[in-house]
Amino acid sequence: MLESYLNLAVKAIFVENMALAFFLGMCSFVAVSRKVETAIGLGSAVVFVLVVTVPLNNLVYVYLLKPGALVWLDPSLAEQDLTFLGFLTYIGTIAAMVQIVEMTLDRFFPALYNALGVFLPLIAVNCAILGASLFMVERNYTFGESLVFGFGSGVGWALAIVALAGIRERLRYSNIPVGLRGLGITFLLTGLMAMGFMAFAGIQL
Amino acid sequence: MRLLRALLDKQEKIFSGKLERLHPLHEAGDTFFFTPGKVTKNPSHVRDALDLKRTMIVVVIALAGCIFMACYNTGYQGNLAIAAGATALESWRTSLMATMGFAFDPSDFLACFVHGALYYLPVLIVTLAVGGLWEAVFAVVRRHEINEGFLVTWMLFPLILPPTVPLWQVALGISFGVVVGKEVFGGTGYNILNPALVARAFVFFAYPAELSGDKVWIAAQTSTDGVSGATWLASAALEGRAAIDTGLTWWDAFLGLIPGSMGETSTLACLAGAVLLVVTGIGSWRIIVSVAVGTIAAASLLNAVGSTTNPFFELPFWWHFVLGGWAFGAVFMATEPVTAPGTNTGRVVYGFLIGVLVVLIRVVNPAYPEGMMLGILFMNVFAPVIDHFSITSNVKRRTARYVNID
Repeated sequence: MLESYLNLAVKAIFVENMALAFFLGMCSFVAVSRKVETAIGLGSAVVFVLVVTVPLNNLVYVYLLKPGALVWLDPSLAEQDLTFLGFLTYIGTIAAMVQIVEMTLDRFFPALYNALGVFLPLIAVNCAILGASLFMVERNYTFGESLVFGFGSGVGWALAIVALAGIRERLRYSNIPVGLRGLGITFLLTGLMAMGFMAFAGIQL
Repeated sequence: MRLLRALLDKQEKIFSGKLERLHPLHEAGDTFFFTPGKVTKNPSHVRDALDLKRTMIVVVIALAGCIFMACYNTGYQGNLAIAAGATALESWRTSLMATMGFAFDPSDFLACFVHGALYYLPVLIVTLAVGGLWEAVFAVVRRHEINEGFLVTWMLFPLILPPTVPLWQVALGISFGVVVGKEVFGGTGYNILNPALVARAFVFFAYPAELSGDKVWIAAQTSTDGVSGATWLASAALEGRAAIDTGLTWWDAFLGLIPGSMGETSTLACLAGAVLLVVTGIGSWRIIVSVAVGTIAAASLLNAVGSTTNPFFELPFWWHFVLGGWAFGAVFMATEPVTAPGTNTGRVVYGFLIGVLVVLIRVVNPAYPEGMMLGILFMNVFAPVIDHFSITSNVKRRTARYVNID
């Protein structure tokens, strides 16, 4: 039990890294990786949102949306299949959670709140977050598994963005061709980093 | 010598006049033969004869043992396989060997050396030609000097390739390594990942059939005649420690008389290079030692844990040291000053994690029997972050000390 959770976490962090194996959440990954401190801030926000939303969406899926999930309300609803509402409800949960994070940061960490700027509300549409929920549904994770999976994929994404931010801080002193400065070199870097993460591709856990 | 100086001075006029755009090429030739006469007038002065050019040349000298083994061992392995029943590859090399009057005899030193050189030199020449072309194009267009960094990349890359790699793949690999791995970041000193490893990883992922198969490690037709062409790491992944203990002596692996990539089999040659690098202060001993410590820790841990399904778990650390590219990677790749962290604390962390990762990738990941290349690439990605945190924690500690005094 504990071992399988550990395997799942390692898999979500390294083997199936959200940013560098699936290339999800690229928008904020590229945009908020100029400084390590900000990247850590956004990374922890993403970890928090994922840890909360994936298990929440798991509950929503199991008790509301799954074919026959509504049996607990009334046995006559066994035929009902509400999975077509999936995207709508998952995004709803995510948006609500991001609002809570945003208000908390605004109140307690104003510096970080200002540094993250528009990308904080944009976590709501960060595809890494929705992606994790959809993976959870597709792979039929239990509640416990989705908690671990949400944590793992969040940590993996945060690790990737912090590494990218570290590299980009160093790149400030480089002599990059003018046409490649900014986004161009960042995309090249993302590809090279993904090559490094290939080290874990193929691990069976 | 004076004649050469006069010739170069004469050309200097042409290259600073009409052909100014091509000046980097002249510069590279000039400084290759002569120590530059320019003296820095303003601070900061670096009072050291070990400039970038000397640094790189020392690394090339440190590689001499590995280059020698690349020629000798490649031929030795090929001849050994042919003596054991494999047929020689049908290529121009075989006919050239016959024309020169050498037999495929593993006990004949010269025959082995020539046979290996016939595999090593073409790869080296292609690397030099194609990589040099890119380097020159970028130097001319972007108006920077041709640095000696390329010489090291060029020396390293052929050494980590298997003998029978197709030459067009060598050309593609070094193009990717030089352009995407280094030049887009501004050239020598600015790269994030080791260009030679980027090139190697590129060909490894792009052409797995030619680079990770069983057939490429020995310069002979191995798959047909009952001579196994697999490396010992691949056998260890399949059959565990027993295969290695019976098939191989540690001393042979240490000397490098085993199949593998051309220049990386000999731990002894790498050790000699390591001594030179550490004595001249170019390679960080902290990195080399901590890679070793990390390997020992991870391998011992896996030995203790054990596994019923994966026999690779039992491989003790002293075998990890001498098989595959461990020594070559630890000495020449991990210590590369540009891609490794610059702080001493960072170096220890970096090296230790490389050591742990190498063992994990070798043992736990069934996709790759060797983990040195990917382990170092992975830690290259994190080296700037490691630096960042060791610097910030140092700043924090010193600020705290200052406050206490106050």
